[in-house]
Amino acid sequence: MRLVIPLMITFVAGMIMILQFFVPATQSMGESLQEWYMIVASAAIFLGAVNLIQVHTHKIRFKLKNWKYSPVTIIGFSVMILTGLFLGIEPGRPFDYMFSQMMVPMGATMFSLLAFFVASAAFRAFRASNWRATLLLVSAFVVMLGRVPIGTMIWDRIPLISEWIMQVPNLAGQRAVMIGAAMGMVATSLRMIFGIERSYLGGAD
Amino acid sequence: MNWTVLGIWLGALLSLSLYSFLYRDNPFYKFAEHLFVGMSAGYWVIYTIKNVLIPNWWDNLVPAEGGMQPIWLIPGFLGLFMILRVVPKLSGLSRMSLSLIVGTGAGLSMTAMLQTNALAQVNGTIIALGQGGGWFDWVSNIIIVTGVVCGLVYFFFSKAHTGIVGRTANVGITILMVAFGASFGYTVMARISLLIGQTQFMLFEWLPTMGIHL
Repeated sequence: MRLVIPLMITFVAGMIMILQFFVPATQSMGESLQEWYMIVASAAIFLGAVNLIQVHTHKIRFKLKNWKYSPVTIIGFSVMILTGLFLGIEPGRPFDYMFSQMMVPMGATMFSLLAFFVASAAFRAFRASNWRATLLLVSAFVVMLGRVPIGTMIWDRIPLISEWIMQVPNLAGQRAVMIGAAMGMVATSLRMIFGIERSYLGGAD
Repeated sequence: MNWTVLGIWLGALLSLSLYSFLYRDNPFYKFAEHLFVGMSAGYWVIYTIKNVLIPNWWDNLVPAEGGMQPIWLIPGFLGLFMILRVVPKLSGLSRMSLSLIVGTGAGLSMTAMLQTNALAQVNGTIIALGQGGGWFDWVSNIIIVTGVVCGLVYFFFSKAHTGIVGRTANVGITILMVAFGASFGYTVMARISLLIGQTQFMLFEWLPTMGIHL
């Protein structure tokens, strides 16, 4: 019984979403279900927030490794919540100010840091050990060169070659991956809707 | 107090703290990292409340024209069940919520993926080989069609990759290697452009607040 009701919910919800695609009469039901989906899925962010606070209060309580930084996380979280709830989120409010002046630069910095790590990982991982690995290396190198002025300075055709790689072999490869992934997605979705795949319920049979 | 200048300083100091990780892990980096995590979590909670829950749930449950629509209590309770996952005795209730998410998500993504990622991509691949005119377009179109077919054969595991299937899959691997290399180069350049953006922010917005103009 513990699994029957969840499996029934999955089946009914999945079938409604498939039917609404083919049967116009069921579209309104599908739209309502999508709204329900958004509401229930958004509760997951609260679950994450509760978990974050639990983890950091636990670290502070038992003085675990790096516990001194946990109050920073809790304060950052609380300040955003309080300013957002009580002072509004409109442009010019403290919530928006902290987002644009602190979170946006930090986000951009975090992602730009990846440039260094990706480059150093590539330096170690990209070895021209065989001709296919060489092809990968050359393709990456040409695409990178084609997007900076030095590429044009070396040879004015490099941006054109880079664009061709993106538009032809890259397109073909990405399409193969996309079609393959879509087929896999359809198969997995059907397995979930018909209750064959149950790992999301905790792995119980 | 000049809030604009304060904002620039906050952004610059936090960015420098994060960049300090390039040297090695240090307290400045840890401080900024923890602050970023906390603020991001807070931001998304508020974003969810204001942009998802209020318009999609609360406004339907208690419409502006008055009265209450009890049917909207169901997704509310299912959302609550999801949060109850943190209470061990009641965590089983979250299966109901998960089932709705998984079922709806599976049904939705099945049709959407089939339409956009499978049929539309197949449709895009069925091109006239001479499209474009010149011999170069001919070769390019042949590479696209051959690449997609061979790439798909590589992902077809129901038949052993031997003989003609193996040779076709080998061509698929070659195309995939070029595609992965191109994607890698493209991703690196996207990160580099963010780095350039942050460097420009430091040089042309932050330094001038100290009277240094480049």
